[in-house]
Amino acid sequence: MANGRLAQVLERHRAQLSSDWIREQTADGVLRDTRIDEAELRGQCDEFLALLVRATLEGGTNVSGPAFAPVRDMLERMARWRGERGFTPSQTALFVLSLKKPIFSRIRVDFEREPGALFQEIWRATELIDSLALLTTEAFQRGREAVIARQQAEMLELSTPVVKLWEGILALPLIGTLDSARTQTVMETLLQRVVETGSEIVIIDITGVPTVDTLVAQHLLKTVSAARLMGVECIISGVRPQIAQTIVHLGVALSDVITKANLADAFKLALSKRGMGIGARTGGV
Amino acid sequence: MVVVRRAALEIRREEDMVRVRRSVRQWADELGFGLVDQTKLVTAASELSRNALVHGGGGTVVFEALEDGPRRGLRLTFTDEGPGIPDVELALSDGYTTGSGLGFGLGGAKRLVNEFSIESRRGAGTRVVMTRWK
Ligand SMILES: Nc1ncnc2c1ncn2[C@@H]1O[C@H](COP(=O)(O)OP(=O)(O)OP(=O)(O)O)[C@@H](O)[C@H]1O
Ligand SMILES: [Mg+2]
Repeated sequence: MANGRLAQVLERHRAQLSSDWIREQTADGVLRDTRIDEAELRGQCDEFLALLVRATLEGGTNVSGPAFAPVRDMLERMARWRGERGFTPSQTALFVLSLKKPIFSRIRVDFEREPGALFQEIWRATELIDSLALLTTEAFQRGREAVIARQQAEMLELSTPVVKLWEGILALPLIGTLDSARTQTVMETLLQRVVETGSEIVIIDITGVPTVDTLVAQHLLKTVSAARLMGVECIISGVRPQIAQTIVHLGVALSDVITKANLADAFKLALSKRGMGIGARTGGV
Repeated sequence: MVVVRRAALEIRREEDMVRVRRSVRQWADELGFGLVDQTKLVTAASELSRNALVHGGGGTVVFEALEDGPRRGLRLTFTDEGPGIPDVELALSDGYTTGSGLGFGLGGAKRLVNEFSIESRRGAGTRVVMTRWK
């Protein structure tokens, strides 16, 4: 089978390919800023070449066939691993792409006297490596998306700080998407903390929330009324002009809620309200 | 009118909506829409993708960059194979919801774009097409 020739080249020169390949990857400093040491890289390269030899012997260059399943698995793992360690997409794809040159050199030597076969096998190798690089890039992308989704989830759950601006005045700078299934629970937990600090006014700052649609508006409205029931007044800040205009068209009535364009304006208002609040209470005694 | 570019995204999970919004913003930006228009498009897309996900059980959105003489526009088509909307007029009215939402999504999205149409039948899924011109 003609397929077998590329596989034989890979098998025969495995050791040489491995060291050439590692040299390719480390030579021009592409991987310099990344957290991978040479032993780790060598391990990955040897494992990959072993899998690749077996796959090409059994399945030719059909990378989506069953013979290539172990190769695909490994690329998936490698790409996710690199993605999580902050490698760029090209640094990740380099793993596979840098194998091209070493393979070409071996093919050139082996088929020196057979120009037809030489061309044929170089062509095959190109196809093989390019499809593997594509798989790697796709896996990298999936890995990145998982990381981003996780970060977004974590952001809302963990890192929404409760900032004390003044005695009795707190700010909640929300960051991230506010429309997940969990949002309402998160907001109520935050409110509970506000109540525990004995504050009377909370400024919910949505500068870090990119989109305010009906669901986000609903969460905000619910939070404001829940706060009212707990004796806390809410001001929503960070309502940029484009968001204000969009909300008007959506038709959602935020008229019951005090909104301000930025945190500073909201804080000014909170201070004056607080002054009035104290005054009224003193007056009422 | 010509379609100069076309792409599609799946809407299967909550995370997909984040991707849809990000892409809409990017397409709108590349077409030269200003910040207010971008925000309107992203918000309308957010409503329709959530409807496709929540009411329609998931679907797809097709992005199309349009050119009509000197005009440029973005057309978004949301399709799902869900239960459909039995009474489109009613669904469009503000405050109408069969779920736990505010019921402003459909009507709101319609007000945020220039062209808006719904094709839906009970049991046969829903397709919403909307276009905003620059
Ligand atoms: N893709 C769809 N498939 C089936 N039914 C739908 C679809 N889109 C909307 N509907 C129906 O139309 C109603 C109104 O939709 P609309 O988006 O205006 O409100 P909502 O989704 O209930 O709440 P929200 O204000 O959060 O969007 C929905 O409650 C639902 O019954
Ligand atoms: Mg809706």
